[in-house]
Amino acid sequence: MSVEAREARQPWILLSPALSAVGLLLFVPLGFILVYSFWLRTASGADQVGFYLDNWRAALSDPFYRDILLNTLKIAAITTGICALMGYPAAYFIARARGNKAILLLLLMLPFWISYIIRTMSWINILGVSGALNSAMLWLGIVDTPVQMLYNEPSVILGLVHFLLPFMILNVFVSLEGIDTNLEAAANSLGATRWQSFVQVTLPLSLPGLAAGGLLCFVLGAGTYITPMVLGGPSNAMFANLVYEAIITQLNWPLGSALSLMLLAVLGALVLIYNRYLGMAQLMKGLG
Amino acid sequence: MKKMDNTTRYERLRERYMNGDLDRRGFLGLIGAAGLAYGVQTPFARYANAQNVSQVRFDGWGGVVSEAFRKYAFDPYTKKTGIEVVDGTFGGGDQYLSRVKAGQPGEYNIAHLSGVFDYARYTGLGLNSELNEANIPNLQFVIPKLIEPYRKISNGTLSCVPYDYGTTGLAYNRKYISDDEVKEKGANILLDAAYKDKIAGWSDWRTRMWYAALQTNQDPNNATDVEACWDAVRQHRDLLLKYWTSGAELMSLLANEEIYVTEGWSGRIYALQEQGHDIGYMDPPNGFGWQECLFVLKGSPMEACEELLNFMLAPETSIAVAEGQNYPPALDPQKVDLGDKIPTLPAFDPTGKLSGLTFADPDYWNGHEQEWSQTMGRVQKGY
Repeated sequence: MSVEAREARQPWILLSPALSAVGLLLFVPLGFILVYSFWLRTASGADQVGFYLDNWRAALSDPFYRDILLNTLKIAAITTGICALMGYPAAYFIARARGNKAILLLLLMLPFWISYIIRTMSWINILGVSGALNSAMLWLGIVDTPVQMLYNEPSVILGLVHFLLPFMILNVFVSLEGIDTNLEAAANSLGATRWQSFVQVTLPLSLPGLAAGGLLCFVLGAGTYITPMVLGGPSNAMFANLVYEAIITQLNWPLGSALSLMLLAVLGALVLIYNRYLGMAQLMKGLG
Repeated sequence: MKKMDNTTRYERLRERYMNGDLDRRGFLGLIGAAGLAYGVQTPFARYANAQNVSQVRFDGWGGVVSEAFRKYAFDPYTKKTGIEVVDGTFGGGDQYLSRVKAGQPGEYNIAHLSGVFDYARYTGLGLNSELNEANIPNLQFVIPKLIEPYRKISNGTLSCVPYDYGTTGLAYNRKYISDDEVKEKGANILLDAAYKDKIAGWSDWRTRMWYAALQTNQDPNNATDVEACWDAVRQHRDLLLKYWTSGAELMSLLANEEIYVTEGWSGRIYALQEQGHDIGYMDPPNGFGWQECLFVLKGSPMEACEELLNFMLAPETSIAVAEGQNYPPALDPQKVDLGDKIPTLPAFDPTGKLSGLTFADPDYWNGHEQEWSQTMGRVQKGY
């Protein structure tokens, strides 16, 4: 074998464990889901093997699925917006802190040490009728009767912000860390106020980090089903809840497969758009 | 020759490598070969291990029910037989069925299933086993009326033993709703606009349709005006704070006064009363009665499972579990002395004939399962 041929093969040999893992753990299961989506669920609960378009027809034409998908995208967008507004100042503070940034970053990571479900359920003890907030308001005489704060759309968004905010802060922080602080000093020396140097220099340079955080928050938010299940009311279901119900409650794996692929396609399209205009490199930095 | 496990084998190999007796390529090659050999033999290991049962998997409803099983049945059984009982939990029979469907035969062994309709579904999907009743002598103590429906479904044989029974009745906070009001309004209290946002309900489609039939004065096992039932389900949804999805959530909503009224499981409500909460419980006429069984799935180690079932049906175990989980046992009160606490539990029938309870007709409910579960998914979300 020639040296060139051996050199051409080497990257593939080195990559083969990773490619095998991705193939076996991602593409093969996805293939199964795709095949399942063309089967049918029979009245007995068994699956009928074949090539049927019924599930896809229902998923694509039924307004029920369309409305819940749009509502999911709306909730994910609001959550992402709130995460950006709350996360940017926090990331800026950590990036520009003179003390030990490692401690601040550690504090940011602390919530990840507790299960996501437990963190979500903790809001019941805070916002519930007999929770901490209502008890405090009653004790202070602010209200006469407990206020119903749970099991509605705002409580779902709150739970999602709680879950996703660290992802936003980390991405923006990484982006801000990469900006040379001399640029702000140069802008100030040329007559810009601190606000102007932030708006015209720092903010534009940190936008890729903000976009990467936004993408992560949006995709993770749109794909969750635990938060609406725990903190939502009857009409606050998100698209992933439909997948959960089709597969777990109705045992309709073929329809659940079609719905999950539909959600994957919508979120995948967003990732592709992001990659086309901003590239995945910034996202990798944030995740790293 | 002493048997060597894989860990010892790996440690010896590592020691040789560290001592320089083995080059790196050889070491990694042998580790890889060991991994490959283990991976290849693992799918077949289950069958080899089946000869020598060291554990049985049991899945149930979690919470106080699981605690009672662990304390009064599994731990003593393990102590006696040396067979470990691994217990998992589920939120409902549908959820569990999807896990079984995704698993391998033999992965799941015994399930605490609710309702004869679940037995019929599991049997219909070919997940049933055939128990050797000679290995379960304690079956003689069980109420005959609880065994009959199972035999009817599986052609005279049994894949399960009945274990307990209970009801899904009306549970209400006495601080806000009186016993008289519940007696007067019955199932319609769940549609009372005065309690808007203080009402809850189980997300289970069967329970919703059962109560909708009661609210529209129909036979829950044969509703003729189904549209009226769905209208009642919608009316209930519009007054609802939340659909609960587990017994723990039901107890939390009532105990924290997030809600004042819901339908609830008799044993869970009794547990709340025991904890000191002033929660009332009433079965409306034709209230939802159910029986639970311990179902053995196809591919399970039968003798070990039968031994566990017999152990669990022994009066001393069964009574202790019943007192722990607050559901009357399937034992016939005419044959076994059930002690002092069990006669005070909701739904308990001292005659052992259970003529006062209305059970779900499996043919009727399973016949509507596909259509109604899907419709419920939509109605639940505001459609």
